[in-house]
Amino acid sequence: MAKTLYDKLWENHLVRQEDDGTALIYIDRHLVHEVTSPQAFEGLRMANRKAWRIESVVATADHNTPTDGWEKAEGTACIDDEISRLQVDTLDKNIRANGALAYFPFKDVRQGIVHVVGPEQGATLPGMTVVCGDSHTSTHGAFAALAFGIGTSEVEHVLATQTLVSKKSKSMLIRVEGPLGKGVGAKDIVLAIIGKIGTAGGTGYAIEFAGSAIRGLSMEGRMTICNMAIEAGARAGMVAVDDTTINYVRGRPFAPKGSGSGSDWDKAVAYWRTLHTDEGAQFDKVVELDARAITPQVTWGTSPEMVIGIKDMIPDPAKEQDPVKREGMERALAYMGLNPNTPIAGVPVDKVFIGSCTNSRIEDLRQAAAIVRGRSVAANVKLALVVPGSGLVKRQAEEEGLDKIFKAAGFEWREPGCSMCLGMNADRLSPGERCASTSNRNFEGRQGPMGRTHLVSPIMAAAAAVAGRFVDVREVL
Amino acid sequence: MDKFVVLDGLVAPLDRANVDTDAIIPKQFLKSINRSGFGPFAFDEWRYMDVGQPGQDCTNRPLNPQFSLNQPQFKGASVLLTRQNFGCGSSREHAPWALLDYGFRAIIAESFADIFFNNCFKNGILPIVLPTQVVDKLFSETLATPGYRLIVDLPNQVVRTPGGEAIPFDVDAFRKECLINGWDDIGLTLRHADAIHAYEERRRHEQPWLFAK
Repeated sequence: MAKTLYDKLWENHLVRQEDDGTALIYIDRHLVHEVTSPQAFEGLRMANRKAWRIESVVATADHNTPTDGWEKAEGTACIDDEISRLQVDTLDKNIRANGALAYFPFKDVRQGIVHVVGPEQGATLPGMTVVCGDSHTSTHGAFAALAFGIGTSEVEHVLATQTLVSKKSKSMLIRVEGPLGKGVGAKDIVLAIIGKIGTAGGTGYAIEFAGSAIRGLSMEGRMTICNMAIEAGARAGMVAVDDTTINYVRGRPFAPKGSGSGSDWDKAVAYWRTLHTDEGAQFDKVVELDARAITPQVTWGTSPEMVIGIKDMIPDPAKEQDPVKREGMERALAYMGLNPNTPIAGVPVDKVFIGSCTNSRIEDLRQAAAIVRGRSVAANVKLALVVPGSGLVKRQAEEEGLDKIFKAAGFEWREPGCSMCLGMNADRLSPGERCASTSNRNFEGRQGPMGRTHLVSPIMAAAAAVAGRFVDVREVL
Repeated sequence: MDKFVVLDGLVAPLDRANVDTDAIIPKQFLKSINRSGFGPFAFDEWRYMDVGQPGQDCTNRPLNPQFSLNQPQFKGASVLLTRQNFGCGSSREHAPWALLDYGFRAIIAESFADIFFNNCFKNGILPIVLPTQVVDKLFSETLATPGYRLIVDLPNQVVRTPGGEAIPFDVDAFRKECLINGWDDIGLTLRHADAIHAYEERRRHEQPWLFAK
């Protein structure tokens, strides 16, 4: 029978299944960060249980880590916030006590956002199940892995049993066909998808992204797409294996080794080549988008589904029939300080954030730098931040001179971490501040209490920094 | 985990769709390494007029009178009534921890986000999905009737209204059993340790690269 990619990944990890569909699925890779793991390690300790296969764990600190002032003091002593420091130190203590396949502590050059680090190290491989106590674990689905976020109780469950109790999701195919216009990229595609199906459109589904526009993306672009599957409500998003996938993985530190028949690498590649949806396989739902119709996207509200093209007008709640939705729109407009039926282009910004697990990889930084080169951050912009996704991304960018371009324009060039995507460290918005952000959530208070977030692509954020307001990046390319 | 069998609880309304877990428990409280103490900070940005800090004593903080849960008639509520896509966004289990610590044991909504829904069951909270027209009716009754209570009967899978109506709901059989018995599912899974070992051995042979160190 013809199978979807999701069918194959699911069946390959099935340890056992009850008649009602409740299944035990095996977890290959467990990514761990400091925020959602302390209570899980504590639970394990309290129950006197040992980790089942600690070599499945790859750990790093990312959410609480400061992005500047690293030189002030040794190790974590430079973290001013005591509670943040304790959480980072607790991860350190837990990993040192329990072990891990790999641990990239604070200030290690390989440290960074866990969803940037995993793929970069080859710790995320096609065909794996990948979990993390973090909803953006869907990122790793770009490698044809079954990857999804879990809560802390499940983190403990995976530590103790190497499995999760789960039921198979429904399957959705999102096909994006056609060439992308100039200035339109992966972030615009995924925002357009969320705008079309809504933030709950993917609830209960595992999404496969396909079509020529997806195939044409680099692995980094595919990660951007899968990263935001959760913003459409789907715990998992995925893309089939092709040459792009295999070429990305080859030679990375934790990728399979060897060459020639019989080597781990060749065996792995032979298996990976099977990780695609078979001809004729059925999905529970199919959504199609025309890539040519996608323009640079900007969110206007407090949910990622509240998104429009840069040339569009901010929508009018009065035209919405559903009363709950209408009220949500009215509240969002009041929170964002925007008026309906006015253009989003031209709205001034106070801060610009280029970073997060959605858009902090080297290609994101290259594209943003290309817009910024030879220009300056506008006078009304109080802070423009670039936060690379990992120490290795930062080093690569510096070797290419991107840091100089950003700094010359007036951007701050920071150390890696989650930073202002959620503002657990010192990087955040003040009340009322408006931010052009390459992150993934524009919820009320997400980047700081009463802060106003507009989600955009890296080049749209760069263009907003230079203009001091939202502009159509296609006009400055 | 505390058992959940039958709950007779006061109902509090939160009439918003797409309530995200950032709203349920803002980021600054995620720095805690404990599972408890989040209740006073549940819905912090909506509930208080100032910005809360972890470890703060909340007794004298200025309350937002507009926020429904602050209204005196909903004090002590254990059933939360809300709208579609409740608990979307971040996977933070601090969200159900905060709701539980606040006193909620059951949440009724038109729909829930997947990860949050799952996290509730791990903490003895019962999330109940009901159709929009039923939720609408429960909202009007809650707002019209001071002291409005519902009886959530998990073994029989019904919500009983003061008017004597019995509203049926669906719940996964395995999750229901875990809630009713207060079972820790790690213990349950470890009963299948042999099956996990057998699976692992097979994979180690078929896909050795997954086990390389």
